Amino acid sequence: MMRMIGTFVLAVLISFAAYSVAVDEQPLEDPAKEALARDLMKEIRCLVCQNQSIEDSNADLARDLRQVVRERIALGDTPENVRSYLVDRYGDWVLLEPPVKKSTYLLWGSPFLFLAFIVFMIVRSRKAPVAPMPLSTEEKAALKKILEDEESKA
Amino acid sequence: MQRFLPLIMVLAMFLLFYVMMTDENRNPNEIQSVKIGKPVPDFTLPGLEAGEAALSTADLKTGEPILVNFFASWCVPCRAEHDSLMALSEKHGIRIIGIAYKDTPDRALGFLDELGNPFARTAADQSGRIAIDWGVTGVPETFVVSGDGTITYRHWGPIVGDGMQAQVLPALEAAK
Repeated sequence: MMRMIGTFVLAVLISFAAYSVAVDEQPLEDPAKEALARDLMKEIRCLVCQNQSIEDSNADLARDLRQVVRERIALGDTPENVRSYLVDRYGDWVLLEPPVKKSTYLLWGSPFLFLAFIVFMIVRSRKAPVAPMPLSTEEKAALKKILEDEESKA
Repeated sequence: MQRFLPLIMVLAMFLLFYVMMTDENRNPNEIQSVKIGKPVPDFTLPGLEAGEAALSTADLKTGEPILVNFFASWCVPCRAEHDSLMALSEKHGIRIIGIAYKDTPDRALGFLDELGNPFARTAADQSGRIAIDWGVTGVPETFVVSGDGTITYRHWGPIVGDGMQAQVLPALEAAK
């Protein structure tokens, strides 16, 4: 029993490594700044693997960019400054969440456009049928003739 | 007309996707450079060879279009494009600046000894930080810099196939 508990405790202790940063990286000394930097890294796209953030990526360039982010934050840059530093070099693509601006209005607006389209379709399909137009005199005469023909046959 | 609207929409989308998919100039992995039309970043890098003068921004403003090539001895596609660089330098008389990316000087020089040296000037970016300033995402990448030091074209990946004839040389011509 004691042995099992011992194994369990050891396993838990070892798994703490999963929370640490990559071995060759030095986290910032100030924990608040490190947290800021880590949050920012989650928003930055790795340019090598492209669908991972630099926080997740093992690529060399991602490691360099993590270092850039830490350095900038350590120097007192705001996350906004760091983002624009990276956008200057790699474009909006480097941000995992595209910024809202003229060229992305359609991108951000498309869900709402789609919703509006669906609402339009639903409203259209639910619309009460228009009351039929009254028959014109010629139509009435024609109808009467048909009915009379039917009757005379029967 | 309204009956066929869904069919027309689907066909139009099919056509759009087909055209985009078969566009040979479109590489979905390529990230468009935002540096085009911008001046070259300010930098100073140590020369690659012992005793070679440091390379800095001013060295790129030569009055003539030049090429700036980021390479590394550990980079396989760099080997593939090396013949193109040699031809650009020797046949076309283009001044090419070589920047060794994350490479030790002795290995980078060994690479040039082995394959030939197409570069008029070389420099070493061992930390890869200057490459980040240029927006480099990996090696090889080659930039056309016009005479006044403006980046006018970025070739992403190796210059192979008809890349030199179809892209690099016209870009150099346009930068004149």
